[in-house]
Amino acid sequence: MTDFLNDWGLILITFLPLAGALVMLAVPKESEETQKTIALVASGAAFALGVAFLVNFDYDSAGVLQYVVDREWIPIINSRFILGIDGISLPLLALTVLIVPLVLIYSWNNIPSPGNPKAFLSLILLLETGMIGTFVAQDLILFFVFFEIVLLPMFFMIGVWGGPDRKYASIKFFLYTLFGSALMIVSFLALFFMSAEQTFDMRILQDLGGLDIARTTQILIFGGMFMGFGIKVPIFPFHTWLPDAHTQAPTQGSVILAAVLLKLGTYGFVRIALPFLPEGAQWWAPIIAILAVIGIIYGALACLAQTDMKRLIAFSSVAHMGFVMLAIATLTDFGINAAVFGMVAHGLITGMLFFVAGSMKDRYHTLEISRLGGMLVSAPKLGWILGLCAMASLGLPGLAGFWGEFPAILSAYEPAPMLNEALFRTLMVIAALGTVLAAGYLLWMYQRTSMGTPPEEFADDPEITDVNTAEWISWTPMLLLIVVLGFFPSLIFNMTNPAATAIAAAATGG
Amino acid sequence: MLATLTQAAADSFQSPSIDWHAFAPELVLIATIVILVLVDAVKLERARPLMPAIAGIGLLVAIIPLATLAAEGGTRSLFEGSYVVDSMSLVLKALFIVSAYIVVLLSTNYVAEGDYWESEYYTLLIASVLGMTVMASSRDLVGIFVALELLSIPAYMLAAWRKGDPRSNEAGMKYYLMGVFASAILLYGFSLTYGVGGSTRLTEIGRSIQEWGTDGVPVVTLALLFTIIGFAFKVSAVPFHMWAPDTYEGAPTPVTAFLAVASKAAGFVALIQVVYYCFIVRPDIIEPVFWVLSVASMTVGNLIALRQTNVVRMLAYSGIAQAGFMLAPFAVVASDPSASLTALVTYLVIYAAMNLGAFACVIAISRKTRSAEMDSFGGLFTYMPGLTAALTLFLASLMGIPPLGGWFAKFGVFAVLVNADTGLGWSLAIIMAVNTVIAAYYYLRVARSMWFDDVPEGVDAVPVRTPAGITISIAVTMGLTVLFGVLPAAVTNLTDFSSVAFGG
Repeated sequence: MTDFLNDWGLILITFLPLAGALVMLAVPKESEETQKTIALVASGAAFALGVAFLVNFDYDSAGVLQYVVDREWIPIINSRFILGIDGISLPLLALTVLIVPLVLIYSWNNIPSPGNPKAFLSLILLLETGMIGTFVAQDLILFFVFFEIVLLPMFFMIGVWGGPDRKYASIKFFLYTLFGSALMIVSFLALFFMSAEQTFDMRILQDLGGLDIARTTQILIFGGMFMGFGIKVPIFPFHTWLPDAHTQAPTQGSVILAAVLLKLGTYGFVRIALPFLPEGAQWWAPIIAILAVIGIIYGALACLAQTDMKRLIAFSSVAHMGFVMLAIATLTDFGINAAVFGMVAHGLITGMLFFVAGSMKDRYHTLEISRLGGMLVSAPKLGWILGLCAMASLGLPGLAGFWGEFPAILSAYEPAPMLNEALFRTLMVIAALGTVLAAGYLLWMYQRTSMGTPPEEFADDPEITDVNTAEWISWTPMLLLIVVLGFFPSLIFNMTNPAATAIAAAATGG
Repeated sequence: MLATLTQAAADSFQSPSIDWHAFAPELVLIATIVILVLVDAVKLERARPLMPAIAGIGLLVAIIPLATLAAEGGTRSLFEGSYVVDSMSLVLKALFIVSAYIVVLLSTNYVAEGDYWESEYYTLLIASVLGMTVMASSRDLVGIFVALELLSIPAYMLAAWRKGDPRSNEAGMKYYLMGVFASAILLYGFSLTYGVGGSTRLTEIGRSIQEWGTDGVPVVTLALLFTIIGFAFKVSAVPFHMWAPDTYEGAPTPVTAFLAVASKAAGFVALIQVVYYCFIVRPDIIEPVFWVLSVASMTVGNLIALRQTNVVRMLAYSGIAQAGFMLAPFAVVASDPSASLTALVTYLVIYAAMNLGAFACVIAISRKTRSAEMDSFGGLFTYMPGLTAALTLFLASLMGIPPLGGWFAKFGVFAVLVNADTGLGWSLAIIMAVNTVIAAYYYLRVARSMWFDDVPEGVDAVPVRTPAGITISIAVTMGLTVLFGVLPAAVTNLTDFSSVAFGG
């Protein structure tokens, strides 16, 4: 088993979904059940492999890359096919392989209009390959390729199966991200030609730690990566694609977007930008921190002004990713641990919120907050689940959200030595205020949608039923994890800590 | 008197020893032309169905000597270095011949169903390919000019092949007038070059220019400028692009594909020959000139492409923008000449695969929609999903989205620009990054109308059968596009010119 995982595990987990998508292309469009089964089997197999990795992973040396695959790929530019996972990749990999099968189960009887499960499900599988590949790639060019693969499937998911404004939203999403990645590839190349080794191998680049690159150059290269990763996160001034994309995307798209896609950006910061360009990171850290806190406050205020529930959740993502970015900007092991936990927690919680919002949309045919109400009466279980997720999202202790938010704020109290302590402590206070606002908008949203008596138009609507079987199956694992991680955060902190320490050490040049 | 003169000439003339093997691809093409003409003359109307088959077989046979030459390796220099067969020219000849073969596949139904002249069509097509293969080996001003005319003149006629349609006549006429104008400028440039170099052979001219040093700068600059402008027409670089959109739109679509891929590549080959073997000692002129051409082409091409409503016209403008990307390596040519050349030829090869594929899809789709207007492509995804997906992938490749070939083409250009580490290189890399995003918008618009829009009214949403020739060409180009993107080594193994020597 170990040998098999060593040699083939990461290759299989990355390309099984793609293989599933290719098999689906060969099956005629009409046999929908077969299509769904193939998709579920492929992503289920990836999930099983993910579990095998979780079981077999050597947690004692979580700071070192494991299950490394290293093959020849593009010799002329010295780029190799290198895969590997460490304590930072593993939780995100596990999150991805968990979320996708759940999304497929949710889709079983619930393919958004205009239907066509063949295309819809194969796009989800293609997305999965891209996302997994990004988390396991250990070569910059390979990372870039996987990072880009997710663009087209998401574009078509929003554009074909999305809401009324889908055309605008999909193209905005695509162009924003493409702009970021074009600058990102230029900075990758700059990194390649400037460093003494002339390599894209992320292991070597982390060891080098930008030693041979001048400070100004590092700052410029970091700037390119900042655009590439920052747009994906998204960081404050570049966030405007997110509310549109989220609001217009079908439920499944929103869930994947929130749960995994946004993490590609933050992961890029942690894995690539920080350790490879320490001096650049130190110059940019205060800027990132300030933008992150602006994002927290701005996202929260924007939430208070939203009238559409899905748009509200989308803006809450901006705020939550702000906490993650603030933690990353501290350049400490504590902060990076908090950031990775924050990514997983946000993935589970916001993913669930979008699931619930999608199910509400199916029942009410609207997400206009002012028209909703009394869900605890008309669909009590759905109402309670929404309540639990809202509580988790606002950071209630005992649920996963708390460990995403609280350590992030705390980490800003003591940033890395070379950073301005006074600035970060001020930011910490402002960010803490953000959590109050978060409680405000989430509870207000919950109160308006779920409490009270159902409004007249929905009072006896037979379509408003409670949670159905497919929803239970796809939601239970996520709900359980939200609670379990809330009580045992060490499950993830133990994984991430060794790797986070190594990255923080590299980023602070120690 | 005259008798003695001719006698003296005959005595002094020594027949050069000809390496027939090196010439074999061209000879096969010449034989194909002869067979096409003879079969047409003998069988008249009954020859029509045979013509595409003969042309196709001729092209495939021409690949055999290319393979044997490649297997033997080495450089073969004929006529005292005026005609050189080396690894680069072999790759380019293969590019021309394979592209032409795909164009033949695309033309078969188009020409037959349109009831156009068939024999002459294929004869001219092969003649044009012959000119391109000659171009790939010419290292002599006269050879280059003859090759240029041989590849251009048949193309002028092919562009006007849809005789009944005024647009096609306009296309041919415009192309012809602009082309002749460009030839005139080019000849002027050549005459100045000859004056500067004292020889027609490129390597010797290069040597002379080097000896001149910075003396006589104005003459060298003028010679270089006129020469580059002459070829800039051929590759449709801004501001010499005006003919391209009208010609592309009016010409029969398979001919457009041929012009957009093979003819453009031939123009680039000519630029490579002149720049690399002749003017490379003067990067102080070459680099800024190409920087301007490159930036103008990609920016103007992209901005105008944004406003197009016709897919073929959009592809024409996108071709202008792509030409801008291909010109970029010249702007940093001095830093690492062979890396720039590798990036350019890699781009040409990948571009040929993906652009021919895109045209093949447009031809197949137009058989149903009877138009290349973007609106008529609405809702195509619902009734012709296969072609929709294929065209989407080719467009994504043109955008540069991995894992399709286009990303590596762009990546290679980015790599040489960044590696040069000059002001020109960095600025061009940033401008190119911005242009990549602009380009994505109009490619996506086509994808958007195929996938997101409803079927336009009055269209019965019933798929039509795609002829086998077009299906094969889509399959081949798609296979190559994906292969080049997933395993770029497949193309870089052929285009690694680090061992080629340049200059005088």
